[in-house]
Amino acid sequence: MTVTDLLPYEDALATYDPVMGLEVHVELGTRTKMFCGCSTELGAAPNSQTCPTCLGLPGSLPVVNATGVESAIKIGLALNCEIAEWCRFARKNYFYPDMPKNFQTSQYDEPIAFNGYLDVQLEDGEVFRVQIERAHMEEDTGKSTHVGGATGRIHGATYSLLDYNRAGIPLIEIVTKPIEGAGDRAPEVARAYVAELRELIKALGVSEARMEMGQMRCDVNLSLRPRGEQKFGTRSETKNVNSLRSVERAARYEIQRHAAVLSTGGTIVQETRHFHEEDGSTTSGRIKEEAEDYRYFPEPDLVPVAPPRDWVEELRSGLPELPRLRRERLKTDWGISDHEMQSVLNAGALDLIVATIDAGADGAAARKWWMGELARHANESGVELPAVPITPVQVARVSALVAAGDLNDKLARQVIEGVLAGEGDPDQVVDRRGLKVVSDDSALGAAVDQAIADNAAIAEKIRGGNLAAAGALIGAVMKLTRGQADAKRVRELVLEKLGVQG
Amino acid sequence: MTTDIIRLTAAETAAKIASGELTAVEVTEAHLARIEAVDEKVHAFLHVDREGALAQARAVDAKRAAGEPLGPLAGVPLALKDIFTTEGVPTTVGSKILEGWIPPYDATVTKRLKDADVVILGKTNMDEFAMGSSTENSAYGPTGNPWDLTRIPGGSGGGSAAALASYQAPLAIGTDTGGSIRQPAAVTATVGVKPTYGGVSRYGMVAFSSSLDQGGPCARTVLDAALLHEVIAGHDPMDSTSVDVPVPPVVEAARNGSVAGLRVGVIKEFGGEGFQAGVVQRFNESVEMLRELGAEVVELSCPSFTYALAAYYLIAPSECSSNLARFDAMRYGLRVGDDGSHSAEEVTALTREAGFGPEVKRRVILGTYALSSGYYDAYYGSAQKVRTLISRDFERAFESVDVIVSPTTPTTAFPIGERVDDPLAMYLADLCTIPVNLAGNAAMSLPCGLAPEDGLPVGLQIIAPALKDDRLYRVGAAVEAAFVTKWGHPLLEEAPQL
Repeated sequence: MTVTDLLPYEDALATYDPVMGLEVHVELGTRTKMFCGCSTELGAAPNSQTCPTCLGLPGSLPVVNATGVESAIKIGLALNCEIAEWCRFARKNYFYPDMPKNFQTSQYDEPIAFNGYLDVQLEDGEVFRVQIERAHMEEDTGKSTHVGGATGRIHGATYSLLDYNRAGIPLIEIVTKPIEGAGDRAPEVARAYVAELRELIKALGVSEARMEMGQMRCDVNLSLRPRGEQKFGTRSETKNVNSLRSVERAARYEIQRHAAVLSTGGTIVQETRHFHEEDGSTTSGRIKEEAEDYRYFPEPDLVPVAPPRDWVEELRSGLPELPRLRRERLKTDWGISDHEMQSVLNAGALDLIVATIDAGADGAAARKWWMGELARHANESGVELPAVPITPVQVARVSALVAAGDLNDKLARQVIEGVLAGEGDPDQVVDRRGLKVVSDDSALGAAVDQAIADNAAIAEKIRGGNLAAAGALIGAVMKLTRGQADAKRVRELVLEKLGVQG
Repeated sequence: MTTDIIRLTAAETAAKIASGELTAVEVTEAHLARIEAVDEKVHAFLHVDREGALAQARAVDAKRAAGEPLGPLAGVPLALKDIFTTEGVPTTVGSKILEGWIPPYDATVTKRLKDADVVILGKTNMDEFAMGSSTENSAYGPTGNPWDLTRIPGGSGGGSAAALASYQAPLAIGTDTGGSIRQPAAVTATVGVKPTYGGVSRYGMVAFSSSLDQGGPCARTVLDAALLHEVIAGHDPMDSTSVDVPVPPVVEAARNGSVAGLRVGVIKEFGGEGFQAGVVQRFNESVEMLRELGAEVVELSCPSFTYALAAYYLIAPSECSSNLARFDAMRYGLRVGDDGSHSAEEVTALTREAGFGPEVKRRVILGTYALSSGYYDAYYGSAQKVRTLISRDFERAFESVDVIVSPTTPTTAFPIGERVDDPLAMYLADLCTIPVNLAGNAAMSLPCGLAPEDGLPVGLQIIAPALKDDRLYRVGAAVEAAFVTKWGHPLLEEAPQL
């Protein structure tokens, strides 16, 4: 393995200007595949969700999934694109065993959506506009598992297994125009774009866009040109960069790699590259000596898609609030800073907090739980926040119990702990663990008497007017009641019993 | 008795089964016996489904016995071109690459036939992947023309036409991409119809050229073709290109043949060089007869038709190069070289090398080239423009006429082997039929006599505008009746005994 030279990032940017192109594939969450009625459910036994059409059996024909077209239009509209009045599918011809027909039904020069943009916000609040070239509809391929080779790639494998469950699942490919002018923030822009796109897709309800599940996949095309130069340099295409962090790292790595090559007088080869999660590096895939010839032509088995204008307008008017605007609104509503909002977003807590508020909690309490106790739990157990086993409704219930005085903070944390441990709903945990705050005088009276008896010296100080000493007696009562006492009431009782005015 | 049964028309057979004069099993057995007796010589069938056919026939008889209503073709045997998938019954498309493949599903046409209680006798021979005009491109050997077994029965649907002409079945199904129903009908003195594109579902019909392929009925009479047309036609949600309009009233038209007051167009460009004298003579007599029957004959010019053949041989190969890419040895059919010493890519290449015949390879290569970057506009793009011009020529023509007539094919059946090494000569057989596919119109071929010089059948082609398939039957029935009156019997009765 040859060592790849990298130029320090700052040096690279001092000399060169990066230009990026991002291609994102989103698997739509339609119930059925793009061109047949097979289920799209994940996790089924291999090849159990197939039919003559998605297996490409002789004689089979495709029929377009109307929901797939609707989703594509929604994405196009949300990306401020024009929606084609008339467009066709096209066949992209190439041989690969995981593609049943040896052509992919896609779109070529007539995409459903084109000429749009997406505004993305960087960490410091700066808004960067990414121009969108097009969004088009296509189908996913099957999945190959290459067995026996060292790399998991087809080369060197002894045999390969094919699962066609994924073949025909609808994909939307979203392609940016060349992203220029991002300078040293290019990797950050790439990450922010993919993050914003993911939020958008989720807000539209057209896909869960879970990158770790392959529902959203990103290719990072990058080239460098000397600062001040207009002409683009030769690009590399880093395929299947499948997390936000990886998108940023891949862009950064390629900037450093290109710069090292160019600054020593070398030339960049146009090629596809593989990204490696372990160390953030990329390695050469196949070299594209000339553009691959896919022999595109209009798909004769499908009729053109001509979405009526009134339907498009209906879809436009039904679009949800865009994520960036929603975030702005929530930030103002909650009265928090950019920085706090960014922390909420980074923690993936926004929707959870909103749902908790919707379930009756107040904003501060909802943020406190999700960003505190629960974020910590997620961190410790190594899961994403939404995967923590507690629901916004449960968090809201805990919050309500605190507000009503039935739980204090300490007890509330124990309730949360119980819910996370699978002991049931907050009320069940309260009952089973006996965690209710004790504020009833007969129960507390005995404990207060006991505490006074055990701490006669302190009691004397209080009688003498040293009210600050009451804290020690309250602490003793809390200890006796295992933290369940209502501290406010305990204080009143202590003072009352010692004949002192509070 | 057997001889009588096999010479009945489909309409007569259905009537006798419905009345109880014949059982479906008797009818089926008579045809299976005929196949047994003559098909060794003709080779119309690639696969005879004896058990399936008899089971279907028994079901029809049981239905009748139970007093259930029967469809208009219930119990009538049919020969199905081996391009339609049949669940559990081999489907080869005339190719080695699909040898042994048993489809897990029925084509829509197959399903509609079964639902209509038609008895499917088996699968008929064809040029590999429907590419050819002689059935010589079948990987399983040629089919003989029942008029002269040393001659071609036309193609690609030579097996279906030969089955009809040799009384092995009263009904057959073909597919027509450039003439594969009509040209075999013409050279065997049978009736073949290419419906309007989108009229009959293509689901389960193995694709050659998706934008041109169309399944259709084949029979010995115009009425039988109409009855079959009605069974297989109609919208199918499984085929996006299937038209969602009512099936034209083809049976009613076939029962009420007439050309009185009809304007019939004759196209200048169909004639002249390359047309056999006897074919031209019979065609001219047909036009004369149409006039006598009360039609007004109008001469037309369709200048773009000159480019039809060239456009067709770019569009059809382009689409086929993509449609046939799926035959890669991965999922079904032939697999060559899978001995552990070859990569998947090599196995695909070896399989395609061994599994496809020369004509298929020629067209795949031609189409791959025509779609290549840098050549697309000059070839595929230009061909699509020609296609538009041809459609416009037809539209203009149909402003002044109701139907157009022409010879179906420029010559009568040529000897087996004569054109196999001359693809261009072979392609000329479809000169008059191809423009119809390019425009998506409907057309029929029916017998109009024997060429004096060789005593072989000549076909008359009738062309109607898209969705006006009923006009073919109205005109066809009138022409057929007039000819049968003139000859004293159907032309096919002059065919030699096998």
